[in-house]
Amino acid sequence: MQPKPFLELMQWGPQGWLDEMVFATVLTLLVAVTGFLFGLVFGMVAAVAKLSESRLSRHIADGYTTVLRGVPDLLVIYLFYFGGSAVVTAIGRMFGAEGFIGLPGFLVGTLAIGIVSGAYQTEVIRGAFLAIPPGEIDAARAFGMSGTALLRRIVGPQVMRYGLPGMGNIWQLVLKESALVAVVGLSVHLSEIRLGDLVVFYETRFSDLLRQAHVAAGSTRQPFVFYITAVTLYLALTTASTWCFRRAEAWATRGMRRV
Amino acid sequence: MLAGVPLTLQLAFSSIALGLGMAIALALIVRAGLRPLSWLAESYVFVFRGTPLLVQIFLVYYGLGQFRPELQEIGLWWFFRSPYYCALLALTLNTAAYGAEIVRGGLQSVPAGQIEAARAFGMSGLTLYRRIVAPIALRQALPAYGNEIILMIKATSLVSTITLMEVTGLAHKLISETFRSFEVFFAAGTIYLLMNFVVTRLIDLAERWIAPDLKRENRVAMVPLDTR
Repeated sequence: MQPKPFLELMQWGPQGWLDEMVFATVLTLLVAVTGFLFGLVFGMVAAVAKLSESRLSRHIADGYTTVLRGVPDLLVIYLFYFGGSAVVTAIGRMFGAEGFIGLPGFLVGTLAIGIVSGAYQTEVIRGAFLAIPPGEIDAARAFGMSGTALLRRIVGPQVMRYGLPGMGNIWQLVLKESALVAVVGLSVHLSEIRLGDLVVFYETRFSDLLRQAHVAAGSTRQPFVFYITAVTLYLALTTASTWCFRRAEAWATRGMRRV
Repeated sequence: MLAGVPLTLQLAFSSIALGLGMAIALALIVRAGLRPLSWLAESYVFVFRGTPLLVQIFLVYYGLGQFRPELQEIGLWWFFRSPYYCALLALTLNTAAYGAEIVRGGLQSVPAGQIEAARAFGMSGLTLYRRIVAPIALRQALPAYGNEIILMIKATSLVSTITLMEVTGLAHKLISETFRSFEVFFAAGTIYLLMNFVVTRLIDLAERWIAPDLKRENRVAMVPLDTR
């Protein structure tokens, strides 16, 4: 069989794979964004715990960041996927359900990415908080600010400003890490979208970029073409986010004096 | 699972050793600034740092399989047929790109005055690199390189996806056989933490050995931020 030329493979529509690859890129982005936001929640909680007076919560947060940064991400994804399903199956048994209950790949994958990236985000948030000159907090207290006002007006904006470069690094990491969910399989079925009277029908299964490349490579027997396409699309994502973070940094530091 | 430790360490250390050689070559090419070559080296680093390692592994192992007849013709098929060599190649290419940035940073940190002083003493070329540039750059780059080693140990877990049975591969197999994911996770996690702990200690010792005069608190604390 003569291999199909590249442009014929990469058509939009049922004959080609371009639409699948583009949707897969969108899903990868979605996985990364959701994982990053989960990570932000874990990171904030753990950063507060690390900065707190209580020795117990400091130790717990230390344990969290040490373990999650020292263990391979793939192992964490396996734990969440298999362990999570085991827990849900056990709960299901209690209520009389039978057999193995699988968890939705999207939730498991993004939670696993979130808990790993949260460990890295903890350090960034903590570092950004410690970068705030203590005098500013004293001054704000002297003005009678306390609690939420202090957090909203003084601490929050500055943590965001100091933490932005570190967060940019972590975002790149999360983007690349999202490829790992392809291993446990993650697909979103989308059968139809209703927009008023308009019904857009899709028989496509969304898969993340790497898995989609894997599937397409298998069915066309042209693995190199599809993996190179995946590489290009990942590169486009990381390059675009580098640019976005550079813009965001310029915006966040617009009022700062350059030394 | 302990049976997977030799393979994990073997993959990590051989790719780091090979990758370090490549990284130094890449950094020197970029520094020399020879136009077409340095441009190539820079785009190499950009591509390998900008894409997930897992995609790179798949590209080498599955992707190059597309060229089986051609590879057989030039007698390289035995290499690309083996998951071990493919994994080693992908890991090496990947760590070389990250390492090149670390080496570049180390070289950049050498104060110009030191080089000028060495030149005034009549040193040039290799002598200058061996006596002045390399030792200073090494001291600066070592902490970051220690992070890279730890990241590589973790990164080897990805080769389990192309059938290699290292620690994570064995853990996955055990989980799917026994469904005891928590126990297996904690056992495998402990193995990785122990390996990383030992490596961290060794790097600390090496740092103290090559830079006994630098006080620890003067140095910037490094948090490993990149993973694959």
